[in-house]
Amino acid sequence: MSIRPDGASQIASSKDSRTSRSGSTREGGVSRGAAPYLFLAPAIVLFVLFFALPIAYTVFLSFRRTQVSGLGLGRGARQEVWAGGANLQAAVSDGELWAGWLRVLGYGALVLVVMLGLALLFALFLDSAHVRLARFSRIAIFLPYAVPGVVASLLWGFLYLPSLTPIGGIDFLGATAVTYSMANVAVWGGTGFNMLVLYTNLRAIPRSYYEAARIDGASELAIALRIKLPMLVPAIVLTTVFSLIATIQVFTEPTTLRPLTNTISSTWSPLMKVYRDAFVTGDLYSAAATSLVIAAVSMVVSFGFLRVVRGRAFGEA
Amino acid sequence: MTPQRLIPTGILLIGALYCLLPVSWVLVSATKSPGELFTLGTFTPGTGLLDNLAELNSYRNGVFWKWMANTAFYAGGGALLSTVVSAVAGFALAKYRFRGRNLIFNVLIGGVLVPSVVLAVPQYLLFAKIGLADTYWAVLLPQILHPYGIYLARIYAGAAVPDSLLEAGRIDGGSEWRLLGRVGVPLMVPGMVTIFLFQFVAIWNNFLLPFIMLGDDGKFPLTVGLYTLLAAGANQPSLYNLIVTGALLSIIPLIALFLTMQRYWRTDLSGGAVKG
Repeated sequence: MSIRPDGASQIASSKDSRTSRSGSTREGGVSRGAAPYLFLAPAIVLFVLFFALPIAYTVFLSFRRTQVSGLGLGRGARQEVWAGGANLQAAVSDGELWAGWLRVLGYGALVLVVMLGLALLFALFLDSAHVRLARFSRIAIFLPYAVPGVVASLLWGFLYLPSLTPIGGIDFLGATAVTYSMANVAVWGGTGFNMLVLYTNLRAIPRSYYEAARIDGASELAIALRIKLPMLVPAIVLTTVFSLIATIQVFTEPTTLRPLTNTISSTWSPLMKVYRDAFVTGDLYSAAATSLVIAAVSMVVSFGFLRVVRGRAFGEA
Repeated sequence: MTPQRLIPTGILLIGALYCLLPVSWVLVSATKSPGELFTLGTFTPGTGLLDNLAELNSYRNGVFWKWMANTAFYAGGGALLSTVVSAVAGFALAKYRFRGRNLIFNVLIGGVLVPSVVLAVPQYLLFAKIGLADTYWAVLLPQILHPYGIYLARIYAGAAVPDSLLEAGRIDGGSEWRLLGRVGVPLMVPGMVTIFLFQFVAIWNNFLLPFIMLGDDGKFPLTVGLYTLLAAGANQPSLYNLIVTGALLSIIPLIALFLTMQRYWRTDLSGGAVKG
């Protein structure tokens, strides 16, 4: 659902130069040489077991298939054999998956634009000196971060139900409105967090910049557009990338709203199709292939986005 | 007020009301009896709160409380382990210079780009192979390592632990373990609280992993439990009261945590955000 700070590898590299300088260069005893590796051992072991191994297993499975010999009865009649690129090819050309991508594209564009737009607007307003009740608004808007995606979907789902909704006349869960209704759940859940990230970045800008601009006669709007916005660009890029990754993987909201309506299919989003393939129809191999396609799409989209904006956002060092 | 004040204040308040709407709705709806839920005005309190709580309490021998306890266990235990692993790894990455440091850091951080489903499905299959699927371990273990936690811990360690203190400790003959325990960790505590909170919320809110891993509803966290309740009750409006009351109870702990820990959300978030 919402856009959690799931990492920030983008800025990690720029930190390296600073942290490496602070690292000690004096030679140490044997124990000191091994110490950093020992400290890192738990993280590395967990990484191998719960990241590297599952990824390798997914790749392996995506090249396998079940071969049925004879009537497919009895032990040994079903065997796992190499499938080559057939599963991946099938995943790439799967019409159902493509339809899922298109739905997620429409939904995602809506969520990203509205959520990040609102987050930016709220952050700029909170940062301006002229706002009353800013603390209340900030806490209230951040509050949905504390609500799990399942519960958020459930609450909105009930508010959408014709028998419970306070707003009559709209079929929120009908075929046309359901995408917007789902996007609303994601916007509700994610705006506050992104607002807070942008707001804390705004607070970090030295106030003296604004003083100088005010002396030059700049209006608040001009300060927001000419000073604050350009300095926020790296943070906006970062929140956009993580929002993109999360949106491509949308699963919780449609899955939770599904019991309330028949307009959401079991393969509404690509991730839902993986779940269905793996656990409902039991076709692990095509589930594995589809997950790889999803991984590839998220990486291409996020790196592509970073490539496009890098020149502007990070001054192309 | 001048328009310059009125418009931003007004828009922020509208945003605040929008965000509070579903939360206040569930607060009011949990007080309605099954009949009142569909008949009373949307925001008119009802008279059924105690009945709803009693009914939820007795639902399948109190399985709801089991879900609550499970969630607290997954989130509390997972976040605690995660914080320790992150802090120790971050300390090593920030305060030592050694072969492969950047490679290890980049590989660990790169884990963030891997979509959760690419991990969750094979994790389930691998756990199933060793007979650990559908156990507490299957939900707890995969959520300990979080790349973002390590990234934050590295920044905190770099900023909060001065090299001079470590050097002084070494001159006094302290071992590297002692330096970590007596110098590094105490200075990193505020940062570790933030890592703990992020990880606690992430695990508390997680749906996909436990949904895939677990079959026995005695081990469900709240998210999966409420989902199954909804899936079972979608066609039985009589269950709606149970779902609404359960939803309310499930968000109270996190909202309480979140309001009492304001300070850590506000100040330390910037440490991990973009300040390149």
